[in-house]
Amino acid sequence: MSSRSVLNVMLAFYMAVFFGFLFGPLIIMGVSAFNTSTYPQVYPIEGFTLSWFDKLLSDRDMVYGMKNSLWIGMWVVLLSVPLGLAGAMMMNQVYHKARSFYYVIVVSPVLTPGIIIGISTVVFWRDLTTTTGSKFLYDGVFLTVLGQSSFISAYSMLMFMSRLNRFDRAQEEAGLDLGATQTQVFFHILLPFLRPAIFSSAVLAFLSSFENYNTTTFAILADKTLTTVLAGRVRQGTTPAISALAVLIIAVTVTGAIIYELVKRHEDRKRQERLDAAHKAERMELQSIENATLHA
Amino acid sequence: MLSSTGHPFIFLLPVLAIAAFWLMAKFEKKEAGLPRRSFFERNGTPVAIYLIVAVAFWAIFMIVLPQLFMVEMSFRPKLPPIEMGGPKDLYTFENYHYFLYGSTTSNAAINWLHLKAFSLTIFASVCAALFNFALSYPLAFYMAQVAKPARVRFLLLLLIAPYWVNEILRAFAFRIIFSSSGLINKTIMAAGLVDQPIDFIGNDIALYTGLGYAYMLMMIFSLYNAIETLDHAQIEAARDLGAPWWHIHAFIVIPFAKPGIASGCTLVFMLSAGSLAAPLVLGGPRSLWFTPILYDRFFQAFNWPQGAAYAFILLLTCVSFVLLVLRLGRLNLGEIAK
Repeated sequence: MSSRSVLNVMLAFYMAVFFGFLFGPLIIMGVSAFNTSTYPQVYPIEGFTLSWFDKLLSDRDMVYGMKNSLWIGMWVVLLSVPLGLAGAMMMNQVYHKARSFYYVIVVSPVLTPGIIIGISTVVFWRDLTTTTGSKFLYDGVFLTVLGQSSFISAYSMLMFMSRLNRFDRAQEEAGLDLGATQTQVFFHILLPFLRPAIFSSAVLAFLSSFENYNTTTFAILADKTLTTVLAGRVRQGTTPAISALAVLIIAVTVTGAIIYELVKRHEDRKRQERLDAAHKAERMELQSIENATLHA
Repeated sequence: MLSSTGHPFIFLLPVLAIAAFWLMAKFEKKEAGLPRRSFFERNGTPVAIYLIVAVAFWAIFMIVLPQLFMVEMSFRPKLPPIEMGGPKDLYTFENYHYFLYGSTTSNAAINWLHLKAFSLTIFASVCAALFNFALSYPLAFYMAQVAKPARVRFLLLLLIAPYWVNEILRAFAFRIIFSSSGLINKTIMAAGLVDQPIDFIGNDIALYTGLGYAYMLMMIFSLYNAIETLDHAQIEAARDLGAPWWHIHAFIVIPFAKPGIASGCTLVFMLSAGSLAAPLVLGGPRSLWFTPILYDRFFQAFNWPQGAAYAFILLLTCVSFVLLVLRLGRLNLGEIAK
């Protein structure tokens, strides 16, 4: 019993250290956003102020970068979710001896440093647009969307693959037997089944795009996103306005996380209700068959 | 020397690869001898077209061609635009030669600065991977095998939350803590331990702490996913047979979680070696890290071919690391990329 409680104390200590390391820096940064001192600090607290938030929102570059980041994030979601889905559906259909080769190619962006993806995207599109005379495509936002999507599509492909593994082929066969075309099966059976994965990969794609720096800093060319503006500001010097931005981002994402969790729970509950109803119907049917055979 | 007009050839490569795929598919059908449904029949024409277009665009225009172009560029000399494609545009090794022997700041025979930064980056990234493994393993084990589902859900939320704040802000938080008028220096000076602030940023303590922090989530998730699939009965059985706790970890859990450990280490290594935000924000004026040097090839030296060569060197290093981990753990790529 005593060794058990020693173990519990050790576990508690370890958890405290771990989560202290995880949250400590963020809490310190959060507090410094409300302190009046011009250098971001927690101690001593010189006074409470919201002026850093004001300063942040009147920073034109920052607001412009934020809008650009949201715009890019939207396009990345629209591009990488369909690409990821196609990549995952293709996986089982590629000639089996070429499958590992295909797999290496589509998974490689996950294992490639983001900075290299950014560089190679710029090098390729600069050459391509120069030689084909389509210089208007050599645009920071366009290149950033492509560069980010090359690895974000791989993330969403991995999510779709794990969901597709649980797909019951019998559902597809049933649809076909009942006279549906392959296209109808795709839209009315497969896509509804994949809905949770579509939702999660869209959320993941947006967040990865929004916070990306390594790929973006090259691919964005002369344009700006929130992260590149931020990197410039941080290099110039430390001001509590940057802490204020962190506080805003944390507030938005925590709200987002809570909404995500609620939606997920709601869906789980609905699924459970449907399952229960199905079980009940099945039981009643069995019961009636049993009754019929008993009476016969 | 070859004149560098390799672009048509590069464009031809994916076409050849696709042709090879198509031939193999044809061949497979013939060999099977059975009337198999074709790709279009199996998916329905609209969906089949969508699959082919999407995968081809992604694989060729977003993954393969950009990398090939970058590698090709790394073998070209730096020329003003007007001379590109001209008689001076010959393939050359000069960019790689520069990495090993060149220097603009000293007369030494070897490019010590870049080589030192490169090896330090590799070494520190390996350390970051090991440190993250040591710190994350107990928590991953606790979540996967000991804790109740409700608590696991809560812990997962707690773990993900900090990683929604972007990399630059996370690095900035460490800057607040470590800078000369930062929290730690204020505290130890107030306590009278030192009378001069310690230069945590100049001697890279801030950088290494920030890197150790930045990618912990990848490690936790890889480990958690792997350990979670271990049947708890195996641990119970070992315990009943009298195995001490460290035997259970060394001979049951860790061998079982090998793919997860490999993928966690690979990801942390790759992300650390390729990280740009932490060195930019937390590096001192004399800090050595490879990515800022690479960045400067593009934005200060304006020498794109040389930058491409440096990027290719970094890419090769990461590929070698992945292969090494796979070989050491006797794994295949499918097992670690999950």
